[in-house]
Amino acid sequence: MALLSARDLHAQYGLTRVLHGISFSMEKGTITTLLGANGAGKTTTLRALCGMVRTQGEISFDGQRIDGRATEDIVRLGIAHVPDGRGTFVNLSTEENLRLGAYVRKDRENVEADLERVFGYFPRLKERRAQQAGTLSGGEQQMLAVSRALMLRPKLMLLDEPSFGLAPLIVRELFGILRSVNEKEHVSMLVVEQNAAMALDLADHAYLIETGRVVLSGTADEIKNNDSVRRSYLGY
Amino acid sequence: MTFDALLHQVLAGLATGGIYASLALALVMIYQATHLVNFAQGELAMFATYMAWDLINRGMPYWAAFFITIVLAFVLGVLIERIIVRPVENAPVLAVVVVFIALLVILNSVTGWIYTYTIKTFPSPFPSEIGVGVYMSPHEVGAIGVTLIVLTLLYAFFRFTPLGLAMRAAAQNPDSARLVGIRVGWMLALGWGLAAAIGSVAGMMVAPIVYLDPNMMGGILLYAFAAALVGGVDNPAGAVFGGFLVGVLENVLGAFVIGNELKLAVALVIIIGVLVVKPSGFFGKVHVTRV
Repeated sequence: MALLSARDLHAQYGLTRVLHGISFSMEKGTITTLLGANGAGKTTTLRALCGMVRTQGEISFDGQRIDGRATEDIVRLGIAHVPDGRGTFVNLSTEENLRLGAYVRKDRENVEADLERVFGYFPRLKERRAQQAGTLSGGEQQMLAVSRALMLRPKLMLLDEPSFGLAPLIVRELFGILRSVNEKEHVSMLVVEQNAAMALDLADHAYLIETGRVVLSGTADEIKNNDSVRRSYLGY
Repeated sequence: MTFDALLHQVLAGLATGGIYASLALALVMIYQATHLVNFAQGELAMFATYMAWDLINRGMPYWAAFFITIVLAFVLGVLIERIIVRPVENAPVLAVVVVFIALLVILNSVTGWIYTYTIKTFPSPFPSEIGVGVYMSPHEVGAIGVTLIVLTLLYAFFRFTPLGLAMRAAAQNPDSARLVGIRVGWMLALGWGLAAAIGSVAGMMVAPIVYLDPNMMGGILLYAFAAALVGGVDNPAGAVFGGFLVGVLENVLGAFVIGNELKLAVALVIIIGVLVVKPSGFFGKVHVTRV
Protein backbone atom coordinates (compact mmCIF):
# COMPACT_ATOMS: atom_id res chain seq x y z
CA MET A 1 0.00 0.00 0.00
CA ALA A 2 1.22 3.44 -0.82
CA LEU A 3 2.48 5.64 2.02
CA LEU A 4 0.97 8.73 0.50
CA SER A 5 -1.55 9.06 -2.26
CA ALA A 6 -3.44 11.99 -3.69
CA ARG A 7 -6.41 11.55 -5.99
CA ASP A 8 -7.93 14.22 -8.15
CA LEU A 9 -6.70 17.20 -6.10
CA HIS A 10 -8.21 20.56 -6.96
CA ALA A 11 -7.21 23.83 -5.34
CA GLN A 12 -7.69 27.51 -5.98
CA TYR A 13 -6.59 30.85 -4.59
CA GLY A 14 -9.64 33.08 -4.83
CA LEU A 15 -10.81 32.73 -8.42
CA THR A 16 -7.54 31.42 -9.76
CA ARG A 17 -7.53 27.65 -10.05
CA VAL A 18 -4.10 26.20 -9.46
CA LEU A 19 -4.55 22.44 -9.26
CA HIS A 20 -6.73 20.74 -11.85
CA GLY A 21 -7.04 17.20 -10.55
CA ILE A 22 -3.55 16.10 -9.60
CA SER A 23 -3.12 12.42 -8.76
CA PHE A 24 0.05 10.69 -7.59
CA SER A 25 1.28 8.24 -5.01
CA MET A 26 4.52 7.26 -3.37
CA GLU A 27 5.81 4.16 -1.60
CA LYS A 28 7.24 3.99 1.89
CA GLY A 29 10.97 4.63 2.13
CA THR A 30 11.29 6.20 -1.31
CA ILE A 31 12.18 9.64 -2.53
CA THR A 32 9.72 11.03 -5.01
CA THR A 33 10.06 14.30 -6.81
CA LEU A 34 7.51 16.61 -8.38
CA LEU A 35 9.05 18.54 -11.26
CA GLY A 36 7.64 21.43 -13.14
CA ALA A 37 8.12 25.03 -14.19
CA ASN A 38 7.28 28.07 -12.11
CA GLY A 39 3.56 28.25 -11.43
CA ALA A 40 2.88 24.62 -12.33
CA GLY A 41 1.34 24.01 -8.90
CA LYS A 42 4.18 22.22 -7.10
CA THR A 43 4.21 24.36 -3.98
CA THR A 44 0.42 24.36 -3.85
CA THR A 45 0.42 20.56 -3.99
CA LEU A 46 2.69 20.40 -0.94
CA ARG A 47 0.60 22.99 0.86
CA ALA A 48 -2.52 20.97 0.05
CA LEU A 49 -0.96 17.81 1.50
CA CYS A 50 -0.46 19.43 4.88
CA GLY A 51 -3.74 21.27 5.05
CA MET A 52 -2.47 24.79 4.34
CA VAL A 53 -4.81 25.37 1.40
CA ARG A 54 -8.39 24.29 0.94
CA THR A 55 -8.67 21.45 -1.54
CA GLN A 56 -11.13 19.09 -3.07
CA GLY A 57 -10.03 15.52 -3.67
CA GLU A 58 -8.70 12.67 -1.60
CA ILE A 59 -5.41 12.52 0.28
CA SER A 60 -4.42 9.39 2.17
CA PHE A 61 -1.39 8.96 4.38
CA ASP A 62 -0.37 5.74 6.06
CA GLY A 63 -3.81 4.22 5.56
CA GLN A 64 -5.96 7.15 6.67
CA ARG A 65 -7.63 10.08 4.97
CA ILE A 66 -6.00 13.39 5.86
CA ASP A 67 -7.71 15.82 3.50
CA GLY A 68 -9.62 18.50 5.36
CA ARG A 69 -7.60 18.04 8.55
CA ALA A 70 -5.83 20.90 10.30
CA THR A 71 -2.11 21.37 9.65
CA GLU A 72 -1.34 20.91 13.37
CA ASP A 73 -2.99 17.46 13.33
CA ILE A 74 -1.29 16.34 10.13
CA VAL A 75 2.10 17.16 11.69
CA ARG A 76 1.21 14.82 14.56
CA LEU A 77 0.85 11.93 12.08
CA GLY A 78 4.53 12.32 11.19
CA ILE A 79 4.59 14.62 8.17
CA ALA A 80 7.24 17.32 8.36
CA HIS A 81 7.11 20.16 5.86
CA VAL A 82 10.20 22.15 4.90
CA PRO A 83 8.35 25.11 3.45
CA ASP A 84 9.40 27.36 0.64
CA GLY A 85 11.17 30.36 2.13
CA ARG A 86 12.46 28.00 4.85
CA GLY A 87 10.08 29.19 7.57
CA THR A 88 12.87 30.13 9.97
CA PHE A 89 11.89 31.61 13.35
CA VAL A 90 14.31 34.46 12.78
CA ASN A 91 14.28 35.92 16.29
CA LEU A 92 14.87 32.60 18.03
CA SER A 93 18.18 30.84 18.41
CA THR A 94 19.23 27.95 16.21
CA GLU A 95 18.72 25.54 19.08
CA GLU A 96 15.26 26.91 19.87
CA ASN A 97 14.30 26.47 16.22
CA LEU A 98 15.37 22.86 16.43
CA ARG A 99 13.54 22.22 19.70
CA LEU A 100 10.36 23.57 18.12
CA GLY A 101 10.68 20.85 15.51
CA ALA A 102 10.21 18.31 18.30
CA TYR A 103 7.29 20.24 19.83
CA VAL A 104 4.64 17.55 19.27
CA ARG A 105 6.81 14.62 20.30
CA LYS A 106 5.82 12.74 23.43
CA ASP A 107 9.26 11.17 24.01
CA ARG A 108 10.92 14.29 25.41
CA GLU A 109 13.80 12.26 26.83
CA ASN A 110 15.04 11.46 23.32
CA VAL A 111 15.06 15.05 22.10
CA GLU A 112 18.56 15.78 23.44
CA ALA A 113 19.93 12.77 21.60
CA ASP A 114 18.18 13.90 18.42
CA LEU A 115 19.75 17.34 18.69
CA GLU A 116 23.13 15.63 18.58
CA ARG A 117 21.88 13.46 15.71
CA VAL A 118 21.06 16.44 13.48
CA PHE A 119 24.25 18.21 14.56
CA GLY A 120 25.99 15.10 13.26
CA TYR A 121 24.49 15.72 9.83
CA PHE A 122 25.03 19.48 9.96
CA PRO A 123 28.04 20.27 12.19
CA ARG A 124 27.85 23.92 11.19
CA LEU A 125 24.54 24.26 13.02
CA LYS A 126 26.19 23.10 16.22
CA GLU A 127 28.69 25.94 15.96
CA ARG A 128 25.76 28.33 15.47
CA ARG A 129 23.69 26.75 18.22
CA ALA A 130 23.12 29.89 20.33
CA GLN A 131 23.09 32.30 17.40
CA GLN A 132 19.92 34.09 16.36
CA ALA A 133 18.57 32.07 13.42
CA GLY A 134 17.83 35.15 11.31
CA THR A 135 21.56 35.88 11.14
CA LEU A 136 22.41 32.53 9.56
CA SER A 137 23.33 32.40 5.88
CA GLY A 138 20.82 31.13 3.33
CA GLY A 139 22.47 27.74 3.15
CA GLU A 140 22.59 27.43 6.92
CA GLN A 141 18.91 28.38 7.18
CA GLN A 142 18.02 25.69 4.66
CA MET A 143 20.01 23.19 6.72
CA LEU A 144 18.19 24.45 9.79
CA ALA A 145 14.81 23.97 8.07
CA VAL A 146 15.71 20.40 7.13
CA SER A 147 17.03 19.75 10.63
CA ARG A 148 13.91 21.20 12.24
CA ALA A 149 11.86 18.77 10.16
CA LEU A 150 14.13 15.88 11.18
CA MET A 151 13.56 16.72 14.86
CA LEU A 152 10.00 15.48 14.42
CA ARG A 153 11.37 12.02 13.54
CA PRO A 154 9.00 12.15 10.59
CA LYS A 155 7.75 9.29 8.47
CA LEU A 156 7.50 11.64 5.52
CA MET A 157 9.30 14.86 4.72
CA LEU A 158 7.89 17.36 2.24
CA LEU A 159 10.68 19.52 0.83
CA ASP A 160 9.79 22.64 -1.13
CA GLU A 161 12.65 23.71 -3.40
CA PRO A 162 15.49 22.82 -1.03
CA SER A 163 18.00 24.04 -3.61
CA PHE A 164 16.47 27.49 -3.97
CA GLY A 165 18.97 30.31 -3.74
CA LEU A 166 21.88 28.11 -2.70
CA ALA A 167 25.33 27.83 -4.21
CA PRO A 168 25.79 24.63 -6.28
CA LEU A 169 28.33 23.26 -3.83
CA ILE A 170 25.92 23.65 -0.91
CA VAL A 171 23.11 22.09 -2.92
CA ARG A 172 25.25 19.04 -3.58
CA GLU A 173 26.15 18.75 0.11
CA LEU A 174 22.50 19.13 1.16
CA PHE A 175 21.22 16.56 -1.33
CA GLY A 176 23.91 14.14 -0.23
CA ILE A 177 22.72 14.45 3.35
CA LEU A 178 19.08 14.00 2.29
CA ARG A 179 20.08 10.81 0.49
CA SER A 180 21.86 9.45 3.56
CA VAL A 181 18.95 10.38 5.87
CA ASN A 182 16.68 8.45 3.52
CA GLU A 183 18.98 5.45 3.49
CA LYS A 184 19.86 5.36 7.19
CA GLU A 185 16.57 6.42 8.76
CA HIS A 186 14.16 5.29 6.05
CA VAL A 187 12.46 8.68 6.02
CA SER A 188 10.33 8.97 2.90
CA MET A 189 10.65 12.25 1.02
CA LEU A 190 8.55 14.18 -1.43
CA VAL A 191 10.73 16.80 -3.06
CA VAL A 192 9.49 19.66 -5.18
CA GLU A 193 12.19 21.09 -7.43
CA GLN A 194 12.89 23.39 -10.33
CA ASN A 195 16.40 22.06 -10.48
CA ALA A 196 15.32 18.92 -12.34
CA ALA A 197 18.79 17.45 -12.84
CA MET A 198 19.60 17.49 -9.11
CA ALA A 199 16.18 16.21 -8.17
CA LEU A 200 16.27 13.31 -10.63
CA ASP A 201 19.67 12.25 -9.31
CA LEU A 202 18.24 12.15 -5.79
CA ALA A 203 14.83 10.63 -6.44
CA ASP A 204 13.57 7.14 -7.12
CA HIS A 205 10.35 8.28 -8.79
CA ALA A 206 9.29 11.45 -10.51
CA TYR A 207 6.13 13.19 -11.62
CA LEU A 208 6.12 15.99 -14.11
CA ILE A 209 3.48 18.66 -13.46
CA GLU A 210 2.29 21.20 -15.97
CA THR A 211 -0.42 23.77 -15.18
CA GLY A 212 -1.91 21.83 -12.30
CA ARG A 213 -1.91 18.36 -13.86
CA VAL A 214 0.42 15.39 -13.90
CA VAL A 215 1.60 14.97 -17.49
CA LEU A 216 4.25 12.31 -17.04
CA SER A 217 5.35 9.87 -14.37
CA GLY A 218 7.84 7.07 -13.96
CA THR A 219 11.09 6.08 -12.32
CA ALA A 220 13.69 8.80 -12.14
CA ASP A 221 15.74 7.07 -14.86
CA GLU A 222 12.81 6.83 -17.23
CA ILE A 223 12.03 10.49 -16.78
CA LYS A 224 15.68 11.45 -17.19
CA ASN A 225 15.78 9.67 -20.54
CA ASN A 226 12.52 11.05 -21.82
CA ASP A 227 13.29 13.24 -24.82
CA SER A 228 10.88 16.08 -24.11
CA VAL A 229 11.88 16.27 -20.44
CA ARG A 230 15.50 16.35 -21.47
CA ARG A 231 14.91 19.23 -23.86
CA SER A 232 12.59 21.29 -21.65
CA TYR A 233 13.88 20.68 -18.13
CA LEU A 234 17.39 19.31 -18.32
CA GLY A 235 18.54 21.46 -21.20
CA TYR A 236 20.64 19.06 -23.29
CA MET B 1 15.12 70.37 46.27
CA THR B 2 17.16 68.32 48.67
CA PHE B 3 18.83 65.07 47.75
CA ASP B 4 16.63 63.24 50.26
CA ALA B 5 13.45 64.51 48.65
CA LEU B 6 14.72 63.57 45.20
CA LEU B 7 15.65 60.08 46.38
CA HIS B 8 12.23 59.70 47.91
CA GLN B 9 10.50 60.63 44.65
CA VAL B 10 12.73 58.35 42.59
CA LEU B 11 11.99 55.37 44.83
CA ALA B 12 8.27 56.08 44.88
CA GLY B 13 8.50 56.35 41.10
CA LEU B 14 10.08 52.92 40.92
CA ALA B 15 7.13 51.49 42.87
CA THR B 16 4.48 52.88 40.52
CA GLY B 17 6.86 52.30 37.61
CA GLY B 18 6.75 48.59 38.35
CA ILE B 19 2.99 48.69 38.00
CA TYR B 20 3.26 50.54 34.67
CA ALA B 21 5.88 48.03 33.61
CA SER B 22 3.54 45.11 34.29
CA LEU B 23 0.69 46.65 32.34
CA ALA B 24 3.03 47.71 29.54
CA LEU B 25 4.27 44.14 29.37
CA ALA B 26 0.68 42.91 29.04
CA LEU B 27 0.17 45.35 26.15
CA VAL B 28 3.39 44.27 24.45
CA MET B 29 2.52 40.58 24.75
CA ILE B 30 -0.73 41.06 22.85
CA TYR B 31 0.93 43.45 20.41
CA GLN B 32 3.68 40.99 19.54
CA ALA B 33 1.19 38.27 18.73
CA THR B 34 -1.43 40.32 16.90
CA HIS B 35 0.12 43.72 16.10
CA LEU B 36 -2.81 45.30 17.87
CA VAL B 37 -2.92 47.41 21.00
CA ASN B 38 -5.51 46.14 23.43
CA PHE B 39 -7.17 49.31 24.69
CA ALA B 40 -9.23 47.27 27.15
CA GLN B 41 -6.12 45.97 28.99
CA GLY B 42 -6.54 48.53 31.78
CA GLU B 43 -10.24 47.89 32.26
CA LEU B 44 -9.59 44.14 32.40
CA ALA B 45 -7.17 44.81 35.25
CA MET B 46 -9.68 47.09 36.94
CA PHE B 47 -12.44 44.48 36.68
CA ALA B 48 -10.12 41.82 38.13
CA THR B 49 -9.25 44.15 41.02
CA TYR B 50 -12.96 44.50 41.80
CA MET B 51 -13.24 40.71 41.87
CA ALA B 52 -10.40 40.64 44.40
CA TRP B 53 -12.14 43.34 46.46
CA ASP B 54 -15.34 41.30 46.38
CA LEU B 55 -13.56 38.13 47.56
CA ILE B 56 -11.77 39.97 50.37
CA ASN B 57 -15.05 41.61 51.39
CA ARG B 58 -16.63 38.19 51.68
CA GLY B 59 -14.06 37.35 54.30
CA MET B 60 -11.38 35.64 52.25
CA PRO B 61 -7.76 36.17 53.42
CA TYR B 62 -5.85 38.62 51.23
CA TRP B 63 -3.36 36.23 49.64
CA ALA B 64 -6.03 33.63 48.89
CA ALA B 65 -8.08 36.30 47.14
CA PHE B 66 -4.93 37.51 45.36
CA PHE B 67 -4.16 34.14 43.80
CA ILE B 68 -7.78 33.28 42.99
CA THR B 69 -8.12 36.65 41.26
CA ILE B 70 -5.06 35.91 39.12
CA VAL B 71 -6.63 32.61 38.04
CA LEU B 72 -10.02 34.22 37.38
CA ALA B 73 -8.38 37.00 35.36
CA PHE B 74 -6.50 34.41 33.32
CA VAL B 75 -9.73 32.54 32.56
CA LEU B 76 -11.50 35.80 31.72
CA GLY B 77 -8.69 36.74 29.32
CA VAL B 78 -8.86 33.37 27.57
CA LEU B 79 -12.65 33.56 27.27
CA ILE B 80 -12.56 37.08 25.85
CA GLU B 81 -10.06 35.99 23.20
CA ARG B 82 -12.05 32.88 22.27
CA ILE B 83 -15.49 34.48 22.26
CA ILE B 84 -15.01 38.13 21.32
CA VAL B 85 -11.63 38.60 19.63
CA ARG B 86 -11.40 35.38 17.62
CA PRO B 87 -14.40 36.11 15.36
CA VAL B 88 -12.80 39.40 14.25
CA GLU B 89 -9.35 37.85 13.77
CA ASN B 90 -9.27 38.59 10.06
CA ALA B 91 -11.29 41.77 10.18
CA PRO B 92 -9.72 45.13 9.20
CA VAL B 93 -7.63 46.76 11.93
CA LEU B 94 -10.18 49.50 12.58
CA ALA B 95 -12.92 46.95 13.23
CA VAL B 96 -10.75 45.23 15.82
CA VAL B 97 -9.90 48.55 17.44
CA VAL B 98 -13.63 49.26 17.73
CA VAL B 99 -14.11 45.88 19.40
CA PHE B 100 -11.35 46.69 21.91
CA ILE B 101 -12.84 50.08 22.68
CA ALA B 102 -16.28 48.51 23.06
CA LEU B 103 -14.75 46.03 25.47
CA LEU B 104 -13.26 48.94 27.43
CA VAL B 105 -16.62 50.71 27.69
CA ILE B 106 -18.52 47.53 28.49
CA LEU B 107 -16.14 46.42 31.25
CA ASN B 108 -16.16 49.93 32.68
CA SER B 109 -19.94 50.27 32.81
CA VAL B 110 -20.63 46.70 33.90
CA THR B 111 -18.27 47.27 36.83
CA GLY B 112 -20.01 50.53 37.67
CA TRP B 113 -23.37 48.82 37.42
CA ILE B 114 -22.38 45.93 39.70
CA TYR B 115 -20.22 47.77 42.23
CA THR B 116 -21.39 51.41 41.80
CA TYR B 117 -19.07 54.30 40.98
CA THR B 118 -18.40 55.12 44.64
CA ILE B 119 -14.69 55.17 45.37
CA LYS B 120 -13.62 52.29 47.63
CA THR B 121 -10.47 51.60 49.58
CA PHE B 122 -8.49 48.53 48.66
CA PRO B 123 -6.31 46.84 51.28
CA SER B 124 -2.58 46.41 50.99
CA PRO B 125 -1.18 43.07 52.15
CA PHE B 126 1.89 44.82 53.53
CA PRO B 127 2.08 46.34 57.04
CA SER B 128 0.86 49.93 57.18
CA GLU B 129 3.21 51.28 59.85
CA ILE B 130 6.43 52.76 58.59
CA GLY B 131 9.30 50.52 59.53
CA VAL B 132 11.11 49.54 56.39
CA GLY B 133 12.85 52.81 55.86
CA VAL B 134 12.12 56.48 55.68
CA TYR B 135 12.19 56.67 51.90
CA MET B 136 9.52 54.16 50.93
CA SER B 137 6.27 52.98 52.42
CA PRO B 138 5.99 49.25 53.07
CA HIS B 139 3.39 48.99 50.31
CA GLU B 140 5.78 50.54 47.80
CA VAL B 141 8.52 48.11 48.77
CA GLY B 142 6.03 45.23 48.60
CA ALA B 143 4.69 46.32 45.21
CA ILE B 144 8.20 46.44 43.76
CA GLY B 145 8.86 42.98 45.20
CA VAL B 146 5.66 41.54 43.73
CA THR B 147 6.38 43.15 40.36
CA LEU B 148 9.89 41.73 40.27
CA ILE B 149 8.60 38.26 41.15
CA VAL B 150 5.98 38.42 38.36
CA LEU B 151 8.56 39.61 35.83
CA THR B 152 11.03 36.89 36.84
CA LEU B 153 8.41 34.15 36.61
CA LEU B 154 7.31 35.38 33.19
CA TYR B 155 10.87 35.55 31.94
CA ALA B 156 11.52 31.99 33.13
CA PHE B 157 8.29 30.78 31.56
CA PHE B 158 9.04 32.23 28.13
CA ARG B 159 12.73 31.43 28.20
CA PHE B 160 12.86 27.93 29.65
CA THR B 161 9.58 26.05 29.09
CA PRO B 162 8.47 24.34 25.85
CA LEU B 163 5.08 26.06 26.11
CA GLY B 164 6.72 29.47 26.49
CA LEU B 165 8.89 28.76 23.46
CA ALA B 166 5.81 27.67 21.49
CA MET B 167 4.04 30.92 22.40
CA ARG B 168 6.99 32.97 21.19
CA ALA B 169 7.14 30.95 17.99
CA ALA B 170 3.41 31.36 17.36
CA ALA B 171 3.65 35.12 17.85
CA GLN B 172 6.61 35.48 15.48
CA ASN B 173 5.72 33.19 12.65
CA PRO B 174 2.25 31.62 12.82
CA ASP B 175 2.60 29.66 9.55
CA SER B 176 5.84 28.00 10.57
CA ALA B 177 4.46 27.41 14.05
CA ARG B 178 1.55 25.44 12.58
CA LEU B 179 4.02 23.39 10.54
CA VAL B 180 5.72 22.17 13.71
CA GLY B 181 2.32 21.36 15.21
CA ILE B 182 1.72 24.37 17.48
CA ARG B 183 -1.97 25.21 17.91
CA VAL B 184 -1.57 28.90 17.15
CA GLY B 185 -5.14 29.89 18.07
CA TRP B 186 -4.75 28.50 21.56
CA MET B 187 -1.39 30.20 21.98
CA LEU B 188 -3.12 33.52 21.30
CA ALA B 189 -5.79 32.71 23.86
CA LEU B 190 -3.09 31.77 26.38
CA GLY B 191 -1.39 35.08 25.65
CA TRP B 192 -4.59 36.93 26.42
CA GLY B 193 -4.98 34.93 29.62
CA LEU B 194 -1.42 35.70 30.73
CA ALA B 195 -1.77 39.38 29.86
CA ALA B 196 -5.00 39.59 31.86
CA ALA B 197 -3.36 37.80 34.79
CA ILE B 198 -0.38 40.20 34.80
CA GLY B 199 -2.82 43.10 34.55
CA SER B 200 -4.74 41.83 37.57
CA VAL B 201 -1.56 41.86 39.66
CA ALA B 202 -0.87 45.42 38.51
CA GLY B 203 -4.44 46.39 39.43
CA MET B 204 -4.22 44.89 42.91
CA MET B 205 -0.87 46.58 43.54
CA VAL B 206 -1.98 50.01 42.38
CA ALA B 207 -5.46 50.01 43.95
CA PRO B 208 -4.23 50.77 47.52
CA ILE B 209 -2.50 53.86 46.09
CA VAL B 210 -5.12 55.25 43.68
CA TYR B 211 -8.19 53.73 45.39
CA LEU B 212 -10.72 51.51 43.71
CA ASP B 213 -13.12 52.99 41.20
CA PRO B 214 -14.15 51.98 37.68
CA ASN B 215 -12.02 54.72 36.14
CA MET B 216 -8.89 53.98 38.15
CA MET B 217 -6.98 52.48 35.21
CA GLY B 218 -7.53 55.29 32.69
CA GLY B 219 -4.43 57.24 33.67
CA ILE B 220 -2.40 54.14 34.40
CA LEU B 221 -3.08 52.68 30.97
CA LEU B 222 -1.82 55.94 29.48
CA TYR B 223 1.44 55.61 31.45
CA ALA B 224 1.67 51.98 30.33
CA PHE B 225 1.27 53.06 26.67
CA ALA B 226 4.03 55.60 27.19
CA ALA B 227 6.21 52.91 28.80
CA ALA B 228 5.62 50.43 26.00
CA LEU B 229 6.43 53.08 23.39
CA VAL B 230 9.60 54.24 25.14
CA GLY B 231 10.90 50.70 25.30
CA GLY B 232 9.85 49.79 21.79
CA VAL B 233 6.39 48.37 21.43
CA ASP B 234 7.63 44.99 20.27
CA ASN B 235 10.23 44.49 23.00
CA PRO B 236 9.13 43.02 26.38
CA ALA B 237 12.35 43.92 28.20
CA GLY B 238 12.11 47.42 26.75
CA ALA B 239 8.54 47.76 28.03
CA VAL B 240 9.67 46.87 31.55
CA PHE B 241 12.51 49.38 31.39
CA GLY B 242 10.08 51.95 29.97
CA GLY B 243 7.66 51.31 32.83
CA PHE B 244 10.24 52.07 35.50
CA LEU B 245 11.56 55.08 33.57
CA VAL B 246 8.08 56.57 33.11
CA GLY B 247 7.28 55.96 36.79
CA VAL B 248 10.39 57.81 37.94
CA LEU B 249 10.00 60.66 35.42
CA GLU B 250 6.36 61.13 36.32
CA ASN B 251 7.14 61.35 40.05
CA VAL B 252 10.21 63.53 39.83
CA LEU B 253 8.74 65.95 37.27
CA GLY B 254 5.43 66.00 39.14
CA ALA B 255 7.07 66.80 42.46
CA PHE B 256 9.67 69.35 41.40
CA VAL B 257 8.92 70.73 37.95
CA ILE B 258 5.35 70.79 36.78
CA GLY B 259 3.32 69.89 39.85
CA ASN B 260 0.96 67.04 40.50
CA GLU B 261 -1.91 68.38 38.42
CA LEU B 262 0.03 68.05 35.19
CA LYS B 263 1.52 64.61 35.86
CA LEU B 264 -0.65 62.89 33.29
CA ALA B 265 0.63 65.34 30.69
CA VAL B 266 4.06 63.75 31.17
CA ALA B 267 2.67 60.52 29.74
CA LEU B 268 1.15 62.33 26.77
CA VAL B 269 4.32 64.29 26.09
CA ILE B 270 6.34 61.06 26.21
CA ILE B 271 3.93 59.32 23.83
CA ILE B 272 3.99 62.13 21.30
CA GLY B 273 7.71 62.71 21.76
CA VAL B 274 8.61 59.09 21.11
CA LEU B 275 6.30 58.84 18.11
CA VAL B 276 7.81 61.95 16.56
CA VAL B 277 11.48 61.46 17.41
CA LYS B 278 12.02 57.69 17.56
CA PRO B 279 8.90 55.65 16.74
CA SER B 280 10.69 52.36 17.36
CA GLY B 281 11.53 53.31 20.96
CA PHE B 282 14.86 52.73 22.68
CA PHE B 283 15.01 48.99 22.07
CA GLY B 284 12.43 48.34 19.37
CA LYS B 285 13.22 47.06 15.91
CA VAL B 286 13.07 49.51 13.07
CA HIS B 287 10.73 48.12 10.46
CA VAL B 288 11.63 48.83 6.91
CA THR B 289 9.17 47.89 4.21
CA ARG B 290 9.88 47.85 0.51
CA VAL B 291 7.13 49.37 -1.54
